[in-house]
Amino acid sequence: MNVARGMTPRALGEVRAPSVTLAHGGGGKAMKDLIDDVFVRAFDNDALATLEDQARVDLAGLTSRGDRLAFTTDSFVVDPLFFPGGDIGRLAVCGTVNDLAVGGARPLFLSCAAIVEEGTPVDLLRKVASSMAEAAADAGVEIVTGDTKVVHKGACDKLFVTTSGVGVIPKGVDLGAHRAREGDAVLVSGLLGDHGAAILCARGDMALETPVASDCAPLHDLVRSLLAAAPGVRSLRDATRGGVATVLNEIAAASLVAIEIEEAATPIREEVKAFCEILGLDPLYLANEGKLVAIAPRNEAPAALDAMRAHPLGRGASIVGRVVVGEPGRVTMRTIFGGRRIVDMLVGEQLPRIC
Amino acid sequence: MKYLDEFRDAAKAEILVREIETLVASMSVPDDRPLQIMEVCGGHTHSIFRYGIEGMLPRQIELVHGPGCPVCVLPMGRVDDCVAIAERQGVIFTTFGDAMRVPGSRKSLLQAKADGADVRMVYSPMDALALARANPDRQVVFFGLGFETTMPSTALTVLEAEREGIQNFSVFCNHITIVPTIKAILDSPDMRIDGFLGPGHVSMVIGTAPYAFIARHYRKPMVIAGFEPLDILQSLWMVLKQIRDGRVEIENQYARVVPDAGNAPALAAVGRVYELREYFEWRGLGSIDHSGVRLRDAYARFDTERIFAVPGVRIADPKACQCGEVLKGAIRPWQCKVFGSACTPETPLGALMVSSEGACSATYQYGGVKRREAAE
Repeated sequence: MNVARGMTPRALGEVRAPSVTLAHGGGGKAMKDLIDDVFVRAFDNDALATLEDQARVDLAGLTSRGDRLAFTTDSFVVDPLFFPGGDIGRLAVCGTVNDLAVGGARPLFLSCAAIVEEGTPVDLLRKVASSMAEAAADAGVEIVTGDTKVVHKGACDKLFVTTSGVGVIPKGVDLGAHRAREGDAVLVSGLLGDHGAAILCARGDMALETPVASDCAPLHDLVRSLLAAAPGVRSLRDATRGGVATVLNEIAAASLVAIEIEEAATPIREEVKAFCEILGLDPLYLANEGKLVAIAPRNEAPAALDAMRAHPLGRGASIVGRVVVGEPGRVTMRTIFGGRRIVDMLVGEQLPRIC
Repeated sequence: MKYLDEFRDAAKAEILVREIETLVASMSVPDDRPLQIMEVCGGHTHSIFRYGIEGMLPRQIELVHGPGCPVCVLPMGRVDDCVAIAERQGVIFTTFGDAMRVPGSRKSLLQAKADGADVRMVYSPMDALALARANPDRQVVFFGLGFETTMPSTALTVLEAEREGIQNFSVFCNHITIVPTIKAILDSPDMRIDGFLGPGHVSMVIGTAPYAFIARHYRKPMVIAGFEPLDILQSLWMVLKQIRDGRVEIENQYARVVPDAGNAPALAAVGRVYELREYFEWRGLGSIDHSGVRLRDAYARFDTERIFAVPGVRIADPKACQCGEVLKGAIRPWQCKVFGSACTPETPLGALMVSSEGACSATYQYGGVKRREAAE
């Protein structure tokens, strides 16, 4: 694409050891072999293969796509590294792609920095890297620069990954959490809480087997369809950590409006509901990795809903509430029972209740 | 029946609310003296806030959120003891999740974990026992916490540890009993509660007979209630009906779960493993006679307090706190001097701000929308 091309292809190094040692972080041949074998091979692009200290990006190729650069970064420390529906690699790509996408940007390039605990099997790294490559292909981005560090046993939990991402925002697209207005509709793009429930189950320490997979997916294409159908959309957020409840609070606070949602309209899988019932968790605060919240002007809400539902990643989309007159920053929910309650920010993380 | 939505039917709720309104209208309740119904159990408090039930009720009914949140009534000194145990070399300290955040005078268990103590969240005492099996060179301590609801599972775990001859497992027993606590509230001079929603899961274990004194001696009605919102509305209606008809009885709305005789095997395990303590210290309520249990001598080797030197820290509740008055219904959470200012869920001063089931924390976080707006 529009990365300045390198010179000559070279032979890639190989790692023969079964697991990573501190030698692989020492800056010498072992490190170069690890980077080649694991990352350069998987990500397979010329910009990375030259192993310069930076990726070089052709500006003309960027400016032809829009008038602003979007730039974001995110770190991934998920436990376990592999879970139903994804793994740390897929998560690291989708997470950063989605942070760009919900700004209306077309995601283009990612970086990948890996912090590896000594003793981690090299095959595990190969699996993660190939999963990243696959997710990057799904998202239409290239991983063009990276870094690897190896730390002592116990200094990190097997593998931490940080990705940064660059994208371009087309002219005229202006999304922001501060833009919600009274009367706007609040939409979500599908079933909520799958990722959070899948991760808690995959940790395996609660002896609950819930057949739920993470919803981890790149949302750039859904955003593109949504904005094409409803160009007046005011604000998009991906509902990751803290869930939909947190995102709605952020939007209400930034826009100085109140938001009311309908519990009956929030799409949550029966399995996730039951899981939350047993542990005393609130699904509105569970993380999602492939769901967004959209604020759309009332007259564009039906088009926005239809566009999302027509997309494979938005089939379960729903209008869950609206922006209303009320105390600025306050989010309330009309419960399925007919009552009303405040949906506040969490203080810390949700902890399961005793009884 | 999936037992997920059946007891949350809005249409049925509306009918019940109308019935309650009609009932209250027939009782000529003075505006300045609403009827106070206490739900004893933290699980009920949680449901009441989660479904916004307070806001659906007529103004003449005030719900008083009782002492039945085991995390809330845990005194600060006990948390300090937990931290001291957890910080011992070689100890794996296991606890239910919501006890992690309760502040001690120095730190919470969450902070102790951050400082290097091996504190692990478990979902059952059997998980703690499994850790003991897997780590024979470590001492695994289970923080036994809760009312009669969780008491049997801890007792059965101790019996299992004995059966297997496990040497490195013990229980830091902080289990408490509900009946002396209700009695303490009823005996307090500023108490003005008109009726009770009785605990559901505690009653599943102990049955309905232990509450008889509430009706007999204190002339207050009680309805043992389920945790679904329709259960709670129906139970409120039953309490109000007793008040209007001038009856005082212990009724059981939660008959699908609570047998009148309780659960015999659970009671047998409880009776075998525990004995009553002379008194136990409660946050917000002070010392209450016979309100806690400890392991019997026969199980001393599973009793953390007897195998380690537990500091036994005693710390008075902060002076500014009015938790006791809130618990007894003398004031509403937002009428406390420090509610929302010095005392918030981030920096709780008082017991009731600690767990999401505590009256103050629930009011602060979920908020009874109508009441709070009216109060502001």
